[in-house]
Amino acid sequence: MKKASLFLIFISAFFFTFAQSEDASAKRKTVPVVNIKDVFGNVFNTANIENGGKPVIIDFWATWCKPCVRELSAISDVYDDWVKETGVKLYAVSVDDPRSSSQVKPFVDGKGWVYTILLDQNSDLKRAMGVGPIPQTFILNGKGEIVWSHTTYAEGNENDIIEVVRKIVRGEEIK
Amino acid sequence: MKNFTLLCIGIVALGIFPSRLPAQDFLKNAQVTGSFQADAALYQTDAAMGITSQSINGQPIRMNGFTEVNYEYKNFYAGMRFEAYLPPLLGYDAQYQGAGVPYWYIKYKNDLLEITAGNFYEQFAQGMTFRTYQDWTLGYDNSMRGLRVKFMPSKGITLTGVYGFQRTFWIPYQNNNRGIVKGLDGDFSLNDMFNALTDAKLKITLGGSFVSDYQAGKTMIYPVGDKIYTFNLPENVACYGGRLNLNYAGVNFYSEYAHKINDPSQMNVYIYKPGNSILFDLSYSRKNFGVEIKSKWIDNFSYKSNRSYTINGLDINYLPAINKEHTYFLSSMYPYATQTTGEVGIAAGVMYTIPKNSKLGGKNGLTIALDFSQVNSIKKNPVNDTTALGQAGTLGYSTGFYSIGNEVYWQETQVEVTKKFGKKVKGIFDYLYQTYNKAVVQGHPEDPIIYSHIGIGDVTYNVNKKLSLRWELQGLWTKQDNGNWAAGLMEITISPKWFFSVSDQWNYGNSDSGKQLHYYNIAAGFVYNTSRIQLSWGRQREGVICVGGVCRYVPQSSGLTLTVTSSF
Repeated sequence: MKKASLFLIFISAFFFTFAQSEDASAKRKTVPVVNIKDVFGNVFNTANIENGGKPVIIDFWATWCKPCVRELSAISDVYDDWVKETGVKLYAVSVDDPRSSSQVKPFVDGKGWVYTILLDQNSDLKRAMGVGPIPQTFILNGKGEIVWSHTTYAEGNENDIIEVVRKIVRGEEIK
Repeated sequence: MKNFTLLCIGIVALGIFPSRLPAQDFLKNAQVTGSFQADAALYQTDAAMGITSQSINGQPIRMNGFTEVNYEYKNFYAGMRFEAYLPPLLGYDAQYQGAGVPYWYIKYKNDLLEITAGNFYEQFAQGMTFRTYQDWTLGYDNSMRGLRVKFMPSKGITLTGVYGFQRTFWIPYQNNNRGIVKGLDGDFSLNDMFNALTDAKLKITLGGSFVSDYQAGKTMIYPVGDKIYTFNLPENVACYGGRLNLNYAGVNFYSEYAHKINDPSQMNVYIYKPGNSILFDLSYSRKNFGVEIKSKWIDNFSYKSNRSYTINGLDINYLPAINKEHTYFLSSMYPYATQTTGEVGIAAGVMYTIPKNSKLGGKNGLTIALDFSQVNSIKKNPVNDTTALGQAGTLGYSTGFYSIGNEVYWQETQVEVTKKFGKKVKGIFDYLYQTYNKAVVQGHPEDPIIYSHIGIGDVTYNVNKKLSLRWELQGLWTKQDNGNWAAGLMEITISPKWFFSVSDQWNYGNSDSGKQLHYYNIAAGFVYNTSRIQLSWGRQREGVICVGGVCRYVPQSSGLTLTVTSSF
């Protein structure tokens, strides 16, 4: 019985996945609606992730994650220019759990970062977006659709991110 | 089992029937996300390390893997995770052996209400009374299976109720082998609740929670020496707490307190003292500057839904260590873990970025971080003249509010400097001094306290926009335990797709010259969008991985590992 159930679940999971890919051109994914927290401890509904019709970057990170910090530091060096040029807004979603979540705000300010910080202490948004190991970065177009995603950070990846953002601003299709 | 079958039928029905409808709305407007990971290993024997085919249990090929899928359609959500451990990698509990679906849920959600049936992860406040979570690397999952209702009657108010039992490995819930956990939590942000406070500079959030664990069995037999005692047990163990967060112009204050009624268990060796836990956290930050100080006092606060459990699992609450988590080879060699029977800790950190083009910061600026943490025992006094400290069946001990004992469990001082040298080179430089009470933390009473100096240099050189090189050089100097270590790493990254690394950890200071081993590793990886594949070969040193309040022992091993991750 259990095996049969497993089999059915797998079949249906595949069914969903393929159905999804067939329709990919028809509808792109959006950010799942999940309640997480802002740095003041208030509930933040992810439906409120928006940037007035301009592109959005969502970056999953943690204070203890070295590549994440390298990525956000590299972006920080050029972030002012990015905002001036494209109007992009970066949400840095920290998955620090209660061990280090209180450290996030002083850490971000101490680094001199000016991103919008959200706290996903129990990985609710991380799980809903299918994020595995961090860092993982998403780019949303002006309609809030996820058009690009990338896992890990390698030096220079920030150039790929801004290229995608520029394409969105120019109105080009992202594959 | 019946529920599970029903769910399967439900999911399949959702998948099949709508496809016959003209609109195909369930598919077209649905969203599927998920992730996949497989960690496979081919273990080798290694004479120098003393690894024989016997120590690998004759099973050199092992794999841990999972796939998680979430489905979302309008207000309806469903999902599941399939896991397989065939057999589990070395260092993971052998009870994971097997495959199945330990996690599934269906959820309905609107602006007012969220109802989840099946498995769920939930956290009340900072987890002091209740937190269920999953950590794949750690091999830890204490998810609840049951029902959860969240009610958001108006802006700024969230009421949460949970009811169910917790996961532990693949062990089915039966014969009272764990408790039924019930919990209620109220979370209030005053600035959202009251219009008059919406724009106030002072932000106030507060809340309270109540949790109860029911485990049947009013008595138990407990032999002490040649006498046999019968202990009366509390079938319902209640734990409750409250918290407050204040934020004003860059200053943040958080405090949480929790109390647990008497909960004799294997973890506290069947004492009847109620438990307490208190956390204070104060921080201030503005651009380029952040400072934080926090303190935590824990008094007999392990809370598990099976009173006889001592292994990692069935934790109802979450008591993470107060010190910083490290990821470099050598600074993470001696990881601290919370002593739930009693500890008091303090941690303070300050970070300052000296801006670009200033006298001190130079052309590229400079970030300095200082951190200090210390954890001591709490004072434990005998309850009376005739009862030994910690005697089972008694209150065990008495202690004063926020008492501080003399025994040091952990201490750390860390200085970290992050600096850019021109456009192409940047470095991170660390010095740490750690005091590690191995006897207490790892439960080896014969081991001395370990004092270690650690130095780390981590330098990245960007050759061009695509190619970068990174080196790590590390040293750990101690007169205790295994003596001195040196470690080095070199990594080549070709953005965005390729990376290669070579590393070695060398225990050159081991007093036993036969154990002055090299733990070398060669790795190569490929990244494509949201998928990553990595192959590595080499030796893994014995160690302990701790995340939050839970640690996992990793035995030494040698061989080939393959890791594949994907997100969709």
